[in-house]
Amino acid sequence: MSWVGRSAARREDPRLLSGHGRFVDDLHVPGTLHAQFVRSTVAHGTVTGVDLSATLATPGVVAAFTAADLDLGDITAILDRPPSEFVPTAMPVLARDRVRYVGEPVAVVLAGNPYAVEDGVEAARVTYEADRPVVSAEQALAPGAPLLHPAAAANTLVDVSMFATEGIDAVFAGAHRVVRVRVNSARQNALPLETRGAVASWDPREEQLVVHTCTQVPHLVRTLLAECLGLDERAVRVIAPDMGGGFGLKCVVGREELAAAAAALRLRRPVKWIEDRRDALTASFLAREQHYDVRAAFDEDGRMLALDAGIVCDMGAYSCYPFTAGIEPLMASAELPGVYRVPAYRVRARAVTTNKAPSAPYRGVSRPQIVMVMERLMERAARELDLDPVEVRRRNLITEFPYTGVNDVTYDPGSYLESLDFCERLLRDEGWYERREAAAAEGRHVGIGYSCFNERTGYGSAAFARRKMAVVPGFDLAEARMDLSGTVTVTTGTMSHGQSHETTMAQIVADRLRLDIAQVKIHQGDTDRVPYGFGTFASRSATIGGSAVARAASALGDRLLRLAAYLLDTTGDNVELHDGSVRRRDDHGRALSYRELAEVAYLKAHLLPKDAEPGLTASASFDVQGDGTFSNAAHGVVVELHPGTGQVEILRYVCVEDCGVAINPQVVEGQCRGGIAQGIAGALFEQVTYDAQGEPECASFIDYKVPTACEIPDIEIHHLQTPCAFTESGAKGAGEGGTIGAPAAVLNAVNDALRSTGVELDDTPIRPETVQRAIGACP
Amino acid sequence: MTEKLLISLTVNGRRHDDLVIESRYTLVDVLRHHLGLTGTHVGCEHGVCGACTVLLDGAPVRACLIFAAQAEGRDIRTVESLSHDGGLNDLQRAFSACHGLQCGFCTPGFLMLAEGFLAGRPDATREEIREVVSSNLCRCTGYQSIVDAIERCARERREARGDAR
Repeated sequence: MSWVGRSAARREDPRLLSGHGRFVDDLHVPGTLHAQFVRSTVAHGTVTGVDLSATLATPGVVAAFTAADLDLGDITAILDRPPSEFVPTAMPVLARDRVRYVGEPVAVVLAGNPYAVEDGVEAARVTYEADRPVVSAEQALAPGAPLLHPAAAANTLVDVSMFATEGIDAVFAGAHRVVRVRVNSARQNALPLETRGAVASWDPREEQLVVHTCTQVPHLVRTLLAECLGLDERAVRVIAPDMGGGFGLKCVVGREELAAAAAALRLRRPVKWIEDRRDALTASFLAREQHYDVRAAFDEDGRMLALDAGIVCDMGAYSCYPFTAGIEPLMASAELPGVYRVPAYRVRARAVTTNKAPSAPYRGVSRPQIVMVMERLMERAARELDLDPVEVRRRNLITEFPYTGVNDVTYDPGSYLESLDFCERLLRDEGWYERREAAAAEGRHVGIGYSCFNERTGYGSAAFARRKMAVVPGFDLAEARMDLSGTVTVTTGTMSHGQSHETTMAQIVADRLRLDIAQVKIHQGDTDRVPYGFGTFASRSATIGGSAVARAASALGDRLLRLAAYLLDTTGDNVELHDGSVRRRDDHGRALSYRELAEVAYLKAHLLPKDAEPGLTASASFDVQGDGTFSNAAHGVVVELHPGTGQVEILRYVCVEDCGVAINPQVVEGQCRGGIAQGIAGALFEQVTYDAQGEPECASFIDYKVPTACEIPDIEIHHLQTPCAFTESGAKGAGEGGTIGAPAAVLNAVNDALRSTGVELDDTPIRPETVQRAIGACP
Repeated sequence: MTEKLLISLTVNGRRHDDLVIESRYTLVDVLRHHLGLTGTHVGCEHGVCGACTVLLDGAPVRACLIFAAQAEGRDIRTVESLSHDGGLNDLQRAFSACHGLQCGFCTPGFLMLAEGFLAGRPDATREEIREVVSSNLCRCTGYQSIVDAIERCARERREARGDAR
């Protein structure tokens, strides 16, 4: 029986359940100094003075450094695009003279314990000459707006116009109907429950700076650390320990981890920085503040003829490394058509810089927003043409694969129509349509909404190169090693932070080598142990990392077969792997266990065939040459709106997903449910706000509403399976789909519940007062 | 605030004497940094997320909202007390069986919350469990599998004691 496809118990669980996980703040190195940051209190201005004398006089404080003291290189993320399309920003590790958001680090303070360092930070005196802040995209683009970065005219960091199908204006002019939606989504915090943090120390024996940091991208952190600190990469070891979530926020390099490392190098003492929640909410990376103005032309049957989109993403003060401020607008513009056939397409996508904490990728990156846009267009067209909204979707869905879209993306096979039909049938069979009408007759507001979407997963080098990133992530490397006990260790360049890779990748290896997963150990997140890798983001781990792991395991299997064939005195095609051994196909009684083979490979090398190397290791790589592989899903939601409170109550949530072969179905369902919860959070609750002076208004969990078990409903999940043709396991990515589909489905359900009012909502989060106003209960 | 105190704490049945702390040190910091019990996590330091939940005289509390000095003479239990003889207890096994954890950071808080809750409400309904689970934040699971796990553990405990319910 194969391991892939089985809900195997997680290898991670015993340690995490017994309190023996090792998260970055769990590391206690004797003599550690604790680091915290003096942070800007103005949103935009010039630092006129930094007085750290009281800080240095504070009991327990050992040192404090400004930018001038540490003299580090800036963090500059690059897109290889002309200046008309991209303007880089230089993000200093510590602010030099200019500050561009409240919370920007100005100085680092080091003390012997975590309480004293807070005293030291509080004692610092920084003076500023404040400039007028830019706190919205609208302000950023307004004529005469103050400029954050002198090179970025109109505060614009990215400005790309793409596709512009010939004749598109004529299509609009002659269309039966043109519908328009303006969709705005609020700034959000990815909010891993473990805040960011790092422990850095100099190891004189290895002549190495060792940095434990909670990062999704250990090798990229090493590269930037080496560059900023002027060290060879060999002299930097980055280790990602157990991680309390990341969701994209930890796949960019933070200036604080660089500052902590620089301080450790300078002082030759271990330095620990653990971000507190206030800093995590105000001074970390944010995401998702986007504005869409989109028109679509339809024929009388509800078929979309053309799509014309204007997209503005408010990326905050700086480009994040390595993705740049292009992360959101480039994703949105490339992927907007989604699951639908769109014959003509034009898009202009911009990233603007504002005096807010910078944006980084967050689970789904722009796709929650573009799915809202497309699904709102379908719903609005259905309403204006008096058609059924699910039927309108059916008429527009891509049904033949592979399909190359107007966005020049080729979609591999999926189950777009099947998942939508399945989802609708579930809600129909349960009688929700009748219940909706019955509720309406009683004056209650019950609505049904859907979303239908795909998710590109497994972005290889080719896909990121098309985006023109200077750092092109894509491939992954794996090394498999069998030891004398016959057990296998496999490295992966991906970095699990909740996704269960220690289990799922072991399942892949166990199948390839006909082993129990207990005999497979996956190593990740250590730049000295793992040859190279781009970590975990963009749902790339199962697809790309998992394929590299599979190939390495197979290559190791081939070595075992060759060795056994020689020792069993037969040909390579007459042996097979079986239950921890290699046996002759023609005589199953003649077999050698992995232990016996390993003994020869390591301890009796004189018995090896002449051309064979001693040892039992193998390595492999994997990359995706084309456009990646597309997972897809349909979500169906039933909501009831409560006029008294404005509450949106979710009565039913069903998800029909297709991520190809599910390596571990229980893990896939966990990813779906958790993703949907984050999507619901974006649809109904979470919003990072700033006041007119650029002061962040969300500094605690009182101000930033993270949904609890009372807000997130039980979610029913069904699986369809369209295997990927080119990943080794047939899996497609499953990490982000839930988050991508949920906001659109919830928004559509709310609008359906509001249909008697004539009000249509297009912005998230849908706030209670908006619902009350729409129902007219709160004039 | 920075004056030193000498206290003793009883954690997981073991008494720790001669702890030199400042009066401002929170219980969670002393558990983690002085006693090395790093299973209890810090998620917000303002009593909302519940990652630091421990049992104080059997009741779930936020260890970030209590000064260590206030816990002197009380019976403190942390996640490290749940496993026996190197094996997981029934509640921990239920979390694993139901995939009630992904990254595992919030998990110790949920385990101690459930441990304290089920001790007093062994017959809790799913809705009661859901309401208690809403005390803490999890960013990975969407909560359903946590509710499932606690419900499963409660059911198994009832079955074990021969309760027909």
